[in-house]
Amino acid sequence: MIHLANVERVFQVGESEVHALRHVTLHVAAGDYLSIMGPSGSGKSTLLHLIGLLDQPDSGTFELDAVAVAGLDESQQARLRREKIGFVFQFFHLVPRLTAAENIELPLMLAGLDLAERRQRVDAAMAAFGLSDRAHHRPDQLSGGQRQRVAIARATIMRPAVILADEPTGNLDRAAGHEVIDILENLNRQGMTLIMVTHDPELGQRARRRIQMIDGRIENDSGAPG
Amino acid sequence: MRPLDLLMFSSRAATANRGRSLLMLLAMAIGVFSVILLISLGESARLYVMDQFASLGTNLLIVLPGRSETTGGPPPLLGETPRDLTLEDALALTRSPAIRAICPIVAGSAPVSVPPLERELMVIGATAELYAMRHLTMGQGSFLPPGDPTRGGAVCVLGAKGKSELFGNRQALGQWLRIGQRRFRVIGVLSSTGVSLGEDLGEMIVIPVATAQSLFNTDSLFRIVVEATAPEAIPRAKDSILSIIKARHEGEDDITVITQDAVLATFDRIFKALTLAVAGVAAISLVVAGIMIMNIMLVAVSNRRGEIGLLKALGAPRQQIMRLFLSEAALLSLTGAAAGCLLAYASIRMLSALYPAYLIGLAPWSPVIAVSVALTTGIVFGVLPARRAAKLEPALALSRR
Repeated sequence: MIHLANVERVFQVGESEVHALRHVTLHVAAGDYLSIMGPSGSGKSTLLHLIGLLDQPDSGTFELDAVAVAGLDESQQARLRREKIGFVFQFFHLVPRLTAAENIELPLMLAGLDLAERRQRVDAAMAAFGLSDRAHHRPDQLSGGQRQRVAIARATIMRPAVILADEPTGNLDRAAGHEVIDILENLNRQGMTLIMVTHDPELGQRARRRIQMIDGRIENDSGAPG
Repeated sequence: MRPLDLLMFSSRAATANRGRSLLMLLAMAIGVFSVILLISLGESARLYVMDQFASLGTNLLIVLPGRSETTGGPPPLLGETPRDLTLEDALALTRSPAIRAICPIVAGSAPVSVPPLERELMVIGATAELYAMRHLTMGQGSFLPPGDPTRGGAVCVLGAKGKSELFGNRQALGQWLRIGQRRFRVIGVLSSTGVSLGEDLGEMIVIPVATAQSLFNTDSLFRIVVEATAPEAIPRAKDSILSIIKARHEGEDDITVITQDAVLATFDRIFKALTLAVAGVAAISLVVAGIMIMNIMLVAVSNRRGEIGLLKALGAPRQQIMRLFLSEAALLSLTGAAAGCLLAYASIRMLSALYPAYLIGLAPWSPVIAVSVALTTGIVFGVLPARRAAKLEPALALSRR
């Protein structure tokens, strides 16, 4: 599903170069459940952004679903993001002027689906995530847990193959955090590949496969083949 | 993304921040308002002048002493010393079949008195033909009697304003007054209507041309007004005027004949140029509005980095982000332009109600120009912010809250 080989990513910070990723090789099978842990600045988020096509490697190869990403132009990459990848962020990133239902509808609207289908899929997603009575609330009228559920509904409305979660519980209390993790794990059981960046060791331990990153390197991979 | 969705999304983005959008609307509305208003006022001024010329009379030619190569300009003030035009010159013109009537004119100002009152008035020496040629109307009495132009008479026709200044509410008809040292009997009073090309007919006093010549102690004429038999006859009339006078002036081409067409064309050109210049100045305010739009959109882009990053993460390609921001700018400019149009329309209606005489109206093409310029400005100045939004690195845009 996801094949990264010898991937490097270097940022220019002033005069000096910062190696965010050094020779990272990673293979993720479809339906896997991965946690990426490590201290701040270890390259977790950069790796996640690379997998989500929000960033490009400086060297190395990246294949998503057997397609070499480097050969795609910007709009083809956008299309891949739209159809195969769902993002969940620490700070939710809901559009404040849109209601919960409209936020969930956003990917369908960008994809140009017709109104009837959009409505139907949004209604189904709202019901599945227990948000039906919050459809016309704006993000600032929702609790943190509800906001993250809206964000997850939005991330999964296009039925992506991969969910990329960047500290999804980082901004939630324990109860809401557990609720969100249950939802994500449930989606993983339905077949979606789940890759989650987290600081929380307890959360990290729940994943079937755990990756430890330090200084842009994969230090430890519980599921590395052989 | 469907066009309707695009429109909805950008209009909601535009209305999310009321203060910002109102500022943009205001800038655009003022720009469009001033362009439309100034173009319309320029156009109305042009129409007003054209109308005034038409009221001078139709098929008219004006013969001036002195030679001028230009058409429609004033007679030369310096340079040649032209031979005077005389009453005999004027009478000779009636021989041409292309000419229906002539009116020799002597003009000057002189004190006019009805003791104890005295006023300086414009004294016009003319003949009975002036009445029809200049579309004059009488308030009381009658105009100068027809007859031999070389014979004068001690009669005068007063303008309405001169009448009220000299006689007040008293009856003027049949009374005597003095122009300089001579006594004249009032035989008519012009009706009060009519300003003709800045000459206030009300301050005029008309006396027979021969009398005026002796009053001002001159043989020469100020000008000769000639009426051609038909509009088509104007060129022929002009040719025959030139040849008749040339024959009488020992082969010298020393007069200028102004046709109304030439005067009209000149004024038309002047007013069109003025209107364009004024519209150009107003267009600067549109450019200022455009820069304001750019500024505000740039702020919007940096305020909405998170949203832009999100849209990219959700799979919006660069082009789509660009379209979103461009349509937001276009939407705001269009709304502003519409508001400006309404404002301009209302002010023109108001002005034309206040000053009905000046024929103020909306120049029919001005809203089209103003709105298309506004839209172009909005889009052109929206490109830079939209490109900046489209080029944002999504990873970077999402990393900050």
